[in-house]
Amino acid sequence: MFEVYRAILMRDLTLALRRRSDVFITLFFFVVVVSLFPLGIGPEMDTLRMIAPGVVWVAALLSSMLALERLFTVDFDDGALEQMLLAPQPMFILVLGKVTAHWLITGIPLVLMSPLMGLQYDLSGNALLVLLVSLLLGTPALSLIGAIGAALTLGLRGGGVLVSLLVLPLSIPVLIFGAGAVEASVSGLGEQGHLYMMGAILVLALLFAPLATLAALRISAE
Amino acid sequence: MLEVVELECMRGDRRLFTGLSFKLEPGELLHLHGRNGSGKTTLMRTVCGLIRPSAGEILWDGEGIWDQGDDFNRDLVYIGHKNGIKDDLNGIENLRICSVLDGVQINESQAWDALEKMGLRGHEDLPARVLSQGQKRRVTLARLLTHDAKLWVLDEPFTALDKAAVEFLQSVIRDHVANGGMVILTTHQEVNLTRGHPKQLQLGWKGEGDV
Repeated sequence: MFEVYRAILMRDLTLALRRRSDVFITLFFFVVVVSLFPLGIGPEMDTLRMIAPGVVWVAALLSSMLALERLFTVDFDDGALEQMLLAPQPMFILVLGKVTAHWLITGIPLVLMSPLMGLQYDLSGNALLVLLVSLLLGTPALSLIGAIGAALTLGLRGGGVLVSLLVLPLSIPVLIFGAGAVEASVSGLGEQGHLYMMGAILVLALLFAPLATLAALRISAE
Repeated sequence: MLEVVELECMRGDRRLFTGLSFKLEPGELLHLHGRNGSGKTTLMRTVCGLIRPSAGEILWDGEGIWDQGDDFNRDLVYIGHKNGIKDDLNGIENLRICSVLDGVQINESQAWDALEKMGLRGHEDLPARVLSQGQKRRVTLARLLTHDAKLWVLDEPFTALDKAAVEFLQSVIRDHVANGGMVILTTHQEVNLTRGHPKQLQLGWKGEGDV
C-alpha cells in the first residue's frame, strides 16, 4: 500500500519537475499579491502590521486556488485517471498521494516564502514564526479541501472559476484560524488555541476530504 | 467467468441498450459489433465497473463486480480510447507506474523487454510526448505483456497500429485466449483464433442483441 502511495507521489513530483512553470506560477502570484499591498497603502507601519495576517492568508488562499484546476484534469484527459480508478489498489491512498504531491509542489514553496513576505509588513520574529507554522498547518488542509472541488468540476467547461466558487467558502475556517493565530500573536494573546484548531481541521480534512474526492471522481469518470 | 444479466444502460435520457445478457467462459473471446454510437464503449466501461448500469447485473465468478471491488479489478485490464500514459514520462517510466498500479511489480529490465517485444526498440527512453500515435499505443499495449489478468477489455486496440504491430497484437490475444483468458474487444479488424470461434455480439440494430 505504501508502495503505491510512493509511486503516485514520485510520478507527480517527476511530472512537476519536468514542467516547472506550474510550480512558479503559484509562487509568483503569492509573492506579487502580497507585495502589492505595502506599495498601495504606503509605509505606515501600524496599518501594515494590522492587515498583514489577513493579507498574507488571503493571498495564500487565492494562489492555492490557481493550481487546483490542474490537479486532476491532466490525468482525466490522458486517461490515467480511469486507470487509477480501475487499479486494484485502495483509491483513498491514490488520492492522498496525488494531494500530497500537489501540496509539496504548490504549498511548501509558499510556506517557505511567507516569512520573507511578512518582513514587508514589519512583523516581529515571533509573529513570522507563527505565520509560518499556521501556513504549514493550513496549506495541506487547503489542498485536501480543494481536491474535492477539483474532482467535482472535472470535465466541465470553465471548471477553474467554478472550483474557486465551490472551494473558497469551504476554506473560510482555515482562513479565520490561520489569520487569527498571527493576529493573536501580534497582539500578545497567545496563538496556541488557534493553532490547535488548525491542527484539528487538518486531521478532519485528512480523514474525510479524500473520501469525498474519491466519490466525486467516480461520478466525473462516468 | 463473466456473466452479464439483463443489463440496461442509460446515457442522459437515451436508452443505449436494455435486456442485454451474455456469458463469457475462460478461453472465449467476445467481439462487439455495432455502428458508431451504438454503445460499444459504454458497454465496455460498464463491464469494467466505471459506469453503473441503470438495471441488471454483472457477475464475475458468480459475484457482483460492485460487491467485490479490488478482487475483480485484479483480474481485469481495460484499455480504452485514451492511452492512460503520461506525456512527460518515457516508456519505461510509464510502464512501471502502470504495473505498480496493477499490483504486479516489474523491474526495469522486464519493462525494457516488454517494450522491445512491442516493437519500441530504441524509443524506450523517449518521453511519450515525442512518440507517434502508434508508438504511444504500443507503450499502452505493453501492459498486456506484463500483466497476468484473466479478463482483457480492449476498446479499439488496433487503432493507429501498423501492420506488423496488428499482427503481433493478434498473436498476443490469441495466446491469451488459448491459455484460458477472456477477451472482450471492439475492432473493425477480423480476429482469428487458433481454437474455437470468437463470439459475436451486435449492438444497436434490433435495439438489443444476444449471442
